Amino acid sequence: MIQLLAFYLFAIIVCVSGACTILSRNPVHSVLWLILAFFNAAGLMVLVGAEFIAMLLVIVYVGAVAVLFLFVVMMLDIDFTQLRAGVMKYAAVGALLALALVAEIIVAVGAWSAGTLALGRRVAPVQDGVPNIEAIGQLLYTRYLFVFEGAGLVLLVAMIGAIVLTYRKRSDVRPQNIARQNARRAKDATRNMNPAVGQGMEL
Amino acid sequence: MISLTHYLVVSAILFTMGVLGIFMNRKNLIVILMAIELILLAVNLNLVAFSSFLGDLVGQVFAMFVLTVAAGEAAIGLAILVIYFRGRGTISVDDVNRMKG
Repeated sequence: MIQLLAFYLFAIIVCVSGACTILSRNPVHSVLWLILAFFNAAGLMVLVGAEFIAMLLVIVYVGAVAVLFLFVVMMLDIDFTQLRAGVMKYAAVGALLALALVAEIIVAVGAWSAGTLALGRRVAPVQDGVPNIEAIGQLLYTRYLFVFEGAGLVLLVAMIGAIVLTYRKRSDVRPQNIARQNARRAKDATRNMNPAVGQGMEL
Repeated sequence: MISLTHYLVVSAILFTMGVLGIFMNRKNLIVILMAIELILLAVNLNLVAFSSFLGDLVGQVFAMFVLTVAAGEAAIGLAILVIYFRGRGTISVDDVNRMKG
């Protein structure tokens, strides 16, 4: 009973905050609604017994991705009212596509619950008494080791890519160049002159 | 009792909302990226629900990989957004097709 109650609570909040994410006028509010949606989706996952993925969702999404979104939203100086201008223009096409998607999902779920798909085989069956995290770790570090390392590689490429894309040499600032500072000697920087009386200095 | 269908309905609603968000916010690239995150969240919810109700752990492992790719995609997408804004002064998607080089 309490499970069902918790499920409906999380599910309703997920759906409402998802709707608010795409509908709110201010992107900062959108990010905050997105964070709420992720928290409640994590709750749904805990409810179904996948604690590790739920915690990962909170850490990765709320801790990293949402903060990244917030940073970018606040860094860019954009007139957000003008961005909302054409919202209703595409709403009809979007709604049509969304309806088609819903219909397809319903058909797929119907086909699945009619028992036409054979889902009897288990690749990695859940064992009783083994905690979720331990079971996932066992699987991840044995059978899916190379895929796991591939995921690490994807993250590395994403990090390098983001740095390479956003890096720029600025000409309007003069950053400190420590190697050049250290290499500079007094004889390079000063000259000993002996000008005659009445003559200026040519620098 | 909670059944698999409950979870499938929630994730279908979330997925559809993400698709709708892409179409409705044609001028705002940031919200489009957020809508993609919503879609990936719905997919993850589906994977985890199936994994749990069918008693197979592979779904959760795969959900982790989806999470990884989503994080990388957000980082690269926002980086592209930042350089796009720097060069153009707007994040409207309507004139992205003029992007050269």
